[in-house]
Amino acid sequence: MKTNTINIRTPEGIVFSQQLAGPVTRFLACFIDQLCIQTAMSMLGLVVGLLGLLSSNFAVAFYVITYFVVSIGYGMVLEWFWRGQTVGKRLLRLRVVDVQGMRLQFNQIAVRNLLRFVDSLPFFYFLGGVTCWFNSRCQRLGDIAANTVVLRAPKISEPDLDQLLAGKFNSLRQFPHLAARLRQNVNPTEASIVLQSLLRRDEFDPLARVELFSKLAEHFHAKVEFPPDATDGVADEQFLRNVVDIVYRTKN
Amino acid sequence: MIIDLQKFIANERPCWTELEKMIERLEADPDGGLPLEQAQRFHQLYERTAADLAKITTFASEPETRRFLENLVARAYGEIHETREKRRRFFPLQWFTRTWPQTFRKHIRAFYLSLAITVAGCLFGGAAIAFDPESKPVLMPFSHLLQDPAKRVAEEEGATENRLAGHKTTFSAELMTHNTKVSIFTLALGMTYGIGTVIMLFYNGVILGAVAADYIHAGETKFLFGWLMPHGVIEIPAILIAGQAGLLLAFALIGHGSRVPLRTRLREISGDITTLIFGAGIMLIWAGFIEAFLSQYHEPIIPYSAKITFGCIELVLLCAFLAKSGVAKK
Repeated sequence: MKTNTINIRTPEGIVFSQQLAGPVTRFLACFIDQLCIQTAMSMLGLVVGLLGLLSSNFAVAFYVITYFVVSIGYGMVLEWFWRGQTVGKRLLRLRVVDVQGMRLQFNQIAVRNLLRFVDSLPFFYFLGGVTCWFNSRCQRLGDIAANTVVLRAPKISEPDLDQLLAGKFNSLRQFPHLAARLRQNVNPTEASIVLQSLLRRDEFDPLARVELFSKLAEHFHAKVEFPPDATDGVADEQFLRNVVDIVYRTKN
Repeated sequence: MIIDLQKFIANERPCWTELEKMIERLEADPDGGLPLEQAQRFHQLYERTAADLAKITTFASEPETRRFLENLVARAYGEIHETREKRRRFFPLQWFTRTWPQTFRKHIRAFYLSLAITVAGCLFGGAAIAFDPESKPVLMPFSHLLQDPAKRVAEEEGATENRLAGHKTTFSAELMTHNTKVSIFTLALGMTYGIGTVIMLFYNGVILGAVAADYIHAGETKFLFGWLMPHGVIEIPAILIAGQAGLLLAFALIGHGSRVPLRTRLREISGDITTLIFGAGIMLIWAGFIEAFLSQYHEPIIPYSAKITFGCIELVLLCAFLAKSGVAKK
């Protein structure tokens, strides 16, 4: 079955999943890489123009060979030195990795890049794109031969809940027995949803944000009925912060 | 059940940070290992972080922390469980004189198959020209080959000016890049379970056989060998080696008679494929140089016997190199 993640089970029995990059994102990264190659070659054209003053024969030969080396070697060199990334992949936060989570080896990089010749058949990576679309790990032919996959590699930093939870007065904590009941009634999925919506609050449109928090607040109001002293005059978003504070921090 | 996430993160954060720093150091310098004490610490941190991941996956649906830990565990896992040979410094001369010929010999049967397919193509092309000379335009894709051999030889030998003067280097560069592309393509088509590779090898053989038959039939055998041998004795084996690599890929895909999983089969041959195709690339650089600077000159400038002798020497040296270089001395 095709999924957008790849699961790896370690010998210790721990399973971790990684997000696979889709064909469209990969095509965009490839497009950016092609632009980089063309830009590099345009700049090289200026050098060749100067060399042409000395010998046009040598200048053209130099350009032909350099174009070939750059177009073939671009992916190999960058993926090797940038640990599975090219300019396009770096911009779109993608990374080539070994399919079993092992360290990427040069042979794998070389094979996946050499097999671009067949992936690009008959035009614009059509064959590679189709293979990638239907493959359960979103691999093109080069990836299959080299045992590699392309992952989404978003910048991941340690989670910081302080911005949401620290140092604010929580009116719900005035009623410890109700707070304990709230903690008991909220399941992990609900807790995760409200936490994520607060963490990502700046990504929403203002109207959507108000509407979302209103619906969530209504849902959590129904879980445990707090006295009006604790909830009156508290905005929906603040109420939800209080809920998260109660659920995720068991101690005052 | 929800664990006390903040306390959990506060307690475990120093371990995660320490592990992350060690991974970054290892990633920045893959050649540098860790002393025993640090390796033990690294393993300990990895196991603890993996346990944290298991805990957070089981007890709390907290995607951000889980993703962070997954990323950390994935990177540490790659460093700890990698059993393949670690990257060593690359020594070009050692690779050229030992690794490449050894790899060639290791997969000699694939080379023989590649050779047999090309020979079959040659016989087909030769027979087609011999029995049906009208098929020449169909079999030969290059316009200069369609010319009557005797007429071409007369033109080449009677030429008063050097046709390639002023663009020999460009011609050489174009030959090198074109032939290398053909070689890589021959290898890459191995992914079609070898069908594409076989077609490429056979078709190359057909063209070669057709040209040879055409010139031999016209009584221009000496010219043919003088023209083709200096570069052909290197160029044709290079294409055959690319075919060998393509067939190797195809064998790994098909896996006939093997109980090893596909992924393992492909992993086992990826290094050899890379070695073979880079070796073929080096041969094609030499062939391109010789084709532009030597093969295009004919009698009376260079005697055919000299060119043929040069080709024979090259062929003997190539065979000796591929057969003997890197053989362990007893």
